[in-house]
Amino acid sequence: MSQNGRYRYPLMDHARESLQAASGRKLNDIDLEAAAAGELNPADLQVGAETLRAQAAIAAEAGFPELAANLTRAAELTAVPNEELLRMYERLRPGRSTYDELLEMAHTLEETYQAPVTAAFVREAAHVYRLRGLLKRT
Amino acid sequence: MAQSRRFAILAQRDINQETFVEPWPKAGLVVTDSPYDPQPSLRMEGGRVVEMDGRQRADFDMLDLFIADHSLDLAVAEEAMATPSQTIARMLVDINVPAAAVRRLARGCTPAKLCDIIRHMNVLEMMVGLGKMRVRRTPANQAHVTNWREHPALLAADAAEASLRGFAEVETTVRVARNAPFNALAVLIGTQTGRGGVLTQCAVEEALGLRLAMKGLTTYAETLSVYGTERTFVDGDDTPWSKAFLASAYASRGVKVRFTSGTGSEALMGNAEGCSMLYLEARCLQVVRGAGSQGVQNGSISCIALPESLPGGVRAVLAENLLASMLGLEVASGNDALASHSAIRKSAKLMLQFIPGTDFIFSGYSAVPKRDNLFGGGNFDAEDFDDYNVLQRDMQVDGGLRPITEEEALAIRREAARAIQAVYAELGFPPISDEEVEAAVIAHSSDDMPERDLVADLEAADRFLAGEEGMLTVVQALHRRGFTRTAQNILEMGRQRVAGDYLQPSAIFDRHFRVLSAINDPNDYTGPGTGYRVEGERWQEIQAIPQARPPQDFIKDQVGEPCKRLVEIGPAKPGTRPEEIIVAVGPAFGKELTRTIGGLDHEAVLAAILTGVASEGLVARIVKVKHSSDCAAIATVGAELSGSGIAIGLQSRGTAMIQKRGLARLNNLELFPQSPSLTLDTYREMGRNAARYAKGEKPKPVAVKIDNWARLKLIVKTTLLHQRETEQVRDEPPAELFFDWEPDV
Repeated sequence: MSQNGRYRYPLMDHARESLQAASGRKLNDIDLEAAAAGELNPADLQVGAETLRAQAAIAAEAGFPELAANLTRAAELTAVPNEELLRMYERLRPGRSTYDELLEMAHTLEETYQAPVTAAFVREAAHVYRLRGLLKRT
Repeated sequence: MAQSRRFAILAQRDINQETFVEPWPKAGLVVTDSPYDPQPSLRMEGGRVVEMDGRQRADFDMLDLFIADHSLDLAVAEEAMATPSQTIARMLVDINVPAAAVRRLARGCTPAKLCDIIRHMNVLEMMVGLGKMRVRRTPANQAHVTNWREHPALLAADAAEASLRGFAEVETTVRVARNAPFNALAVLIGTQTGRGGVLTQCAVEEALGLRLAMKGLTTYAETLSVYGTERTFVDGDDTPWSKAFLASAYASRGVKVRFTSGTGSEALMGNAEGCSMLYLEARCLQVVRGAGSQGVQNGSISCIALPESLPGGVRAVLAENLLASMLGLEVASGNDALASHSAIRKSAKLMLQFIPGTDFIFSGYSAVPKRDNLFGGGNFDAEDFDDYNVLQRDMQVDGGLRPITEEEALAIRREAARAIQAVYAELGFPPISDEEVEAAVIAHSSDDMPERDLVADLEAADRFLAGEEGMLTVVQALHRRGFTRTAQNILEMGRQRVAGDYLQPSAIFDRHFRVLSAINDPNDYTGPGTGYRVEGERWQEIQAIPQARPPQDFIKDQVGEPCKRLVEIGPAKPGTRPEEIIVAVGPAFGKELTRTIGGLDHEAVLAAILTGVASEGLVARIVKVKHSSDCAAIATVGAELSGSGIAIGLQSRGTAMIQKRGLARLNNLELFPQSPSLTLDTYREMGRNAARYAKGEKPKPVAVKIDNWARLKLIVKTTLLHQRETEQVRDEPPAELFFDWEPDV
């Protein structure tokens, strides 16, 4: 998908051959015939981590580093199942978690889902929440 | 005190239903420059911000911390803060400074510094700045599609029509939250029937919104609200970190994200901390960027009436749009919620975004009637579609919409309503009847729709949300029922989700399902002749409103069979009889044109004039003037030839004048310029008065109706009739006409 280490945008045009869904299915194998034949499953219509990292690189290159950071966290979060992701978001809302619970969530992100960037982000949140009184009152 | 009739009328005007309030900075009721706003400052130590806008790091609240650590570009911050604000303001309007140079500095500006830049700018300068800083080169528009009955067939039909009309995004929401999956589904099917590639969303509570996106029922999320003070942010039940996490969660499922902020929300929620609305918005925007959202919906949004109640409110709303674009954020620039009772005020306000163009000029143009809009009104709605198309045509501005015909609309609405009917049937949802489909095709609003069993719909919606079915099931259902194009388009949305191209800033899809974003369609405006221009096919499309008719159509009714009773018998000679009046007609009279603009038959007009003349015992001769189509010239020729020296000049469109020999050409006895108001009675009175002048009497001028709308309504017709008359002008002397008619007196 890369050319000299750089990605050409849009990937739909320039990386059509190598693009894969979260399931690993090739984009070229995702079509109406396959859908009609019942060969596709929902993960075939989900973005994959590698693609999100490619989009992050494109964003950074174009001068949008904060969006790139977001897409990098997103790439990590593709590994987190839907229900778990919803729970994590809920636990980051103000007054929902103790300091330790947030650290534990960061640990899970790092260990279970190989999401070190997001884990660091959650640790930072834990620190700020403690400073600003945004933790769960025990 | 005496009562002025004028003030009484003014009090009744729409504008005086608005609320206006004097500023009160302590309560946050001030749009810019509160005395409690901090002064810009920034101090760094060891690559870390230790003071920002007058506050020490130890005193930072969570927003300050987030902005300092995630948003400010420290590599350029010192330079940016040292650059005079006026210099940056001038860069915004300087065509020789590209957007990237401004954006580079803006990345290092604190919230107070951003406000300080705005302090130097008036609305015109800000509009120029916005036109340059807009992230995407091609402007676009977003629609709201909802209805209070939450009827799926109507939602699908309205979404299809909105897509056909050119909206690049369609947002729906719910009256009853449990309906969310069905509303999202209807809008997905409707849009992808109308035009493949329209992005859709369903505005609901955050977690539910994410769930809908996971099912593939929506492609973007917009209502991730942020606030400018810590207290309001927490009242909104989030922190910058939870919102940033949510943004990443959406992106991880391939969903485009846009945050929401806007002036007034903090004051409305009672925690503005005495700061101005714009300063708090600048903080919001820094959080939005720091969180990695590609864009923002701002422009006060649902709070719009609050800044509009204050002096400078509309300017401040433009300022927040500009700040967002300076920060490199896609902007969906408000104009959504009901903002004014006054059509003048709402249109004037729109111009600040409409003329420069933004990524989405409306963050929700109500593509349904106001009463069906569940977002609280709709400042522009379905009933304003034609007005909006005309505004685009008037100014050669791309407002993101296109004119459509009734036939196209009906066809696409039927297809969409039938598609959702098919999906409901295939998935075992409560059936949509043929009667409901047909009602949705022609409906304007919920009022035109039959009632549904709401309880059954809600139960099915609950099952749908909890179950495994999603985008893929819908594609299969549509395919089985023969809705191949819609199925193909929805699947293509899934494939695009896999590619992730529409996660980049300001991404939309064009008509060919090709992504347009800051990466491959960056705004490259650097002055006249550069940037986005309305031209070529797009300009043709904007021009071609169905109401526009070919010029020939306007004078069809004035062209008939040449008058048989009117015959040219030779050159006109000067008269000698003092009891003679002349009726001098224009070169096209009775031949190339046969009826006046008011639809009066030329023969009937002549007969009326001659009857009037005869009733005073005088006679009239008729001459046709060949060398001029001008009413005064025609009348003057008549007067020269008239035995009495009195003539009536008559253009083919009916404009007339009573003239007397010797009077200056632009002077006359009586002029009848408003030809559409003239009746046969007027022409008879005209003949009568002409005869009285000939007898040396001093008649009362003929009374005519004055209709100030006539020119507005008929100017095209007038122009074309005059054009036709002028085409007949020949360098020939006037001719005598014989009119085969006897007065009935």
